[in-house]
Amino acid sequence: MTRTGFVVANLFRKKTRTILTVLSVIMAFLLFGLLQSLSHIFDAGADFVGATRLMTQARVSFTQPLPLSMVPKLEAVPGVARVAYSQWFGGVWQSNTQVFTFAVDPLRYHDVYPEWVMPEQQWQTFAGTRTAMVAGKQLADKYGWKIGQKIPLSSSIYPQKNGSKSWAFDLVGIYDGKDENWKKQTNVVFINHDYFDEANLFGKGRTNFYILKLAEGSNAEAISKTIDATFENSPDETKTQTEKDFNLSFLKQIGDIGLIVRWILFAVFFTLLLVVGNTMAQSVRERVPELAVLKTLGFSDGSVLSFVLAEALSLCLAGGLIGLVFATLLGAMVEKATGGQFQLRVDTFVWSIGIATILVMSVAVGLLPALRAQRLKIVDALAGR
Amino acid sequence: MSESMVEIRSVTKVYERGKQKVEVLHELTLDIPTGDFVALMGPSGSGKTTLLNLIGGLDQPSAGEISVGGSRIDQLSSGQLARWRAHNIGFVFQFYNLMPVLSAEGNVELPLLLTKLSSAQRQKNVAAALEVVGLADRAKHKPRELSGGQEQRVAIARALVSDPRLLVCDEPTGDLDRNTADEILGLLQVLNREHGKTIVMVTHDPKAAEFARRTLHLEKGKLLEQAA
Repeated sequence: MTRTGFVVANLFRKKTRTILTVLSVIMAFLLFGLLQSLSHIFDAGADFVGATRLMTQARVSFTQPLPLSMVPKLEAVPGVARVAYSQWFGGVWQSNTQVFTFAVDPLRYHDVYPEWVMPEQQWQTFAGTRTAMVAGKQLADKYGWKIGQKIPLSSSIYPQKNGSKSWAFDLVGIYDGKDENWKKQTNVVFINHDYFDEANLFGKGRTNFYILKLAEGSNAEAISKTIDATFENSPDETKTQTEKDFNLSFLKQIGDIGLIVRWILFAVFFTLLLVVGNTMAQSVRERVPELAVLKTLGFSDGSVLSFVLAEALSLCLAGGLIGLVFATLLGAMVEKATGGQFQLRVDTFVWSIGIATILVMSVAVGLLPALRAQRLKIVDALAGR
Repeated sequence: MSESMVEIRSVTKVYERGKQKVEVLHELTLDIPTGDFVALMGPSGSGKTTLLNLIGGLDQPSAGEISVGGSRIDQLSSGQLARWRAHNIGFVFQFYNLMPVLSAEGNVELPLLLTKLSSAQRQKNVAAALEVVGLADRAKHKPRELSGGQEQRVAIARALVSDPRLLVCDEPTGDLDRNTADEILGLLQVLNREHGKTIVMVTHDPKAAEFARRTLHLEKGKLLEQAA
C-alpha cells in the first residue's frame, strides 16, 4: 500500500456517493468543454481575418441599406484599393433549409476576396450571367449541387416584382478556400447583385454593407475615420470597422454568446462546488475518529491536510478529465455529423482552461474540510467531542 | 527491569470547559521501569485516560515534566510529537479504531508509510507483526470481516509493526467477551515478557489488571497506591 493507495481507498469508502459525485463532475466538465469550444467558434470566426479589409455599414444597423452611389466616394478615399458590396438575401432551399446567400458584384468581390478560389472562367461566367450563382464547396458537396444545375431558392425577405418569393439561379461555379481556415467557410452562396437589384420588389440601388480592400501599408484606423467623417450628417451616415469587429458585432446580433456561456458555466460550477464541497465535508465529518487515529500513529497535521486535499483533487481530476475527454469526443462527433460546419473543437486552449479549473475547484472544495482535519485535536476527536 | 521508561514529575493537567477549569491530574509523580506492564485503574473521571494520553504524547501537561524513553516529550512541538509517536509508541484502543477501507495488512502497514522502508520490507514487517498476533491467514480481510477479538489483534499488530518500546493500551478488552479478552491480555503478556515491550494499560476490569505486573490506582487525579 502507498499513500496514494490510501487516498483512493478512502474515496471508495461510499462507492455510490463517490460515483454520483464523479458523474456530476463529469457532466459539468462535459458542458464546460462543449460551451468553451462553442464560445471559441464565435471568436474563431474573426480570428483568421486580418485588418486588410474594412467593412462599412449604416451607422444605425447593417439592416439599413446604403446607396450604391457611395461606391465612387469610397473608392476615392486614399488607401482604399477596391470596393465590393454585399447584400443579405436570406436564402431558403427546399422546404426550410437556410442557405447563407449574399448578392454581390462578382468581379469586385473576386478582387476583394482573393481567398475564395475558383477558376477564372467561372468568375467571368458569374459576372456575365444575370441569374448566376456560385456556391461554396462544402455546401455544394453537402447538397450534391453540380455546375449547370438550376437551383431554386426562396428568400425569406425579398419577393420578386411579381410578388413571388421563389427565385431560380444557375449554378455556374463552385468556389473553395485558399487554406484550411477558408475551406471551412465555404458554406455560403453568392448571387449576382445586378439581377437581385433589378428583380426584387423592394429598394433599388442599395446594399447592406461595403467591403473595402485596403492598399498595402495603409492605416486602417485613419481610413475608417475618414470614411465615417465623409458621410457624417448625410442621410446615410456610416460606421466603418475592421472585418474582425464587424464579424463579432454581426455574431452578437444573436446575443452576447461569451456572456451567456459564462453565466451558464458559473451556474454549473457553483452548483458543482456545493455538491462536491458537501461530499468532501460529509466525508471528513464521518471520519473524525479515523483522522485522529492517523495523527495518533504519527501522521503530521500537514499530512492529514494533504490526504483530504488529495481526495478532493482525485475526485475533481477523475471527473474533470473524463468530462473533457467526453467533450472532445462529442465535439468531434458533432463536427463530423455536420460535415465540418459546426466545429465544436475541444482544443488545447479549452483543455488548459479545463485543467486550471479542475485545480482551482479541488482547492475550493477541499480546503475547508482539509483545514478542519488538520486542526483536529486528537484527544477530543478520540473522545468524540 | 532496569532504567525508567516513563518518568513523570509533578504533572498537572487542567482542562478548560467553557469558563470552567477542571483539574484532571494533580501534581502526579510516577516512574514506570523499562519492561514493566502496568495496569492503570480507577473510577471514571479519575484521570486514567488523561495520564495515558500524556504518556503517549497525545496531549501536553499543564505543568510538570514527562520523559519517555529518555525524551522530554512535554517540551516537544506538535510536529515533533507526531514524529516521536511514530517511532516510539504503539497505541491500542478500546474500539480498535481500524481503517474500515483497508485490509488487515493495510491497517498494519499504515504506520510504516511514515518510514523510509521499501515496499518489500514493509510487507515483510507486516507479515511478521500479523504472525505475532496469530492472524497471518486473515491478512487480506477487511475489518468488517473479522471478529472483535481479531480486530483487536490487528490493532495490536499495527501498534507493534514499527517496533516501539512502549505500548499504551486504553481499555483494550473493554469491548470483548471474557474469553476473547483473556486471549488479548495473554497476547499483551507475551509481548511484555517475550518481546520486552513496556506496556501501560488503562482498564476498569480487575481481571484484566491481573495480567499486568502491577496495578496503579488513580482517584481524583492522584495516584493512590501501588499494588504488587
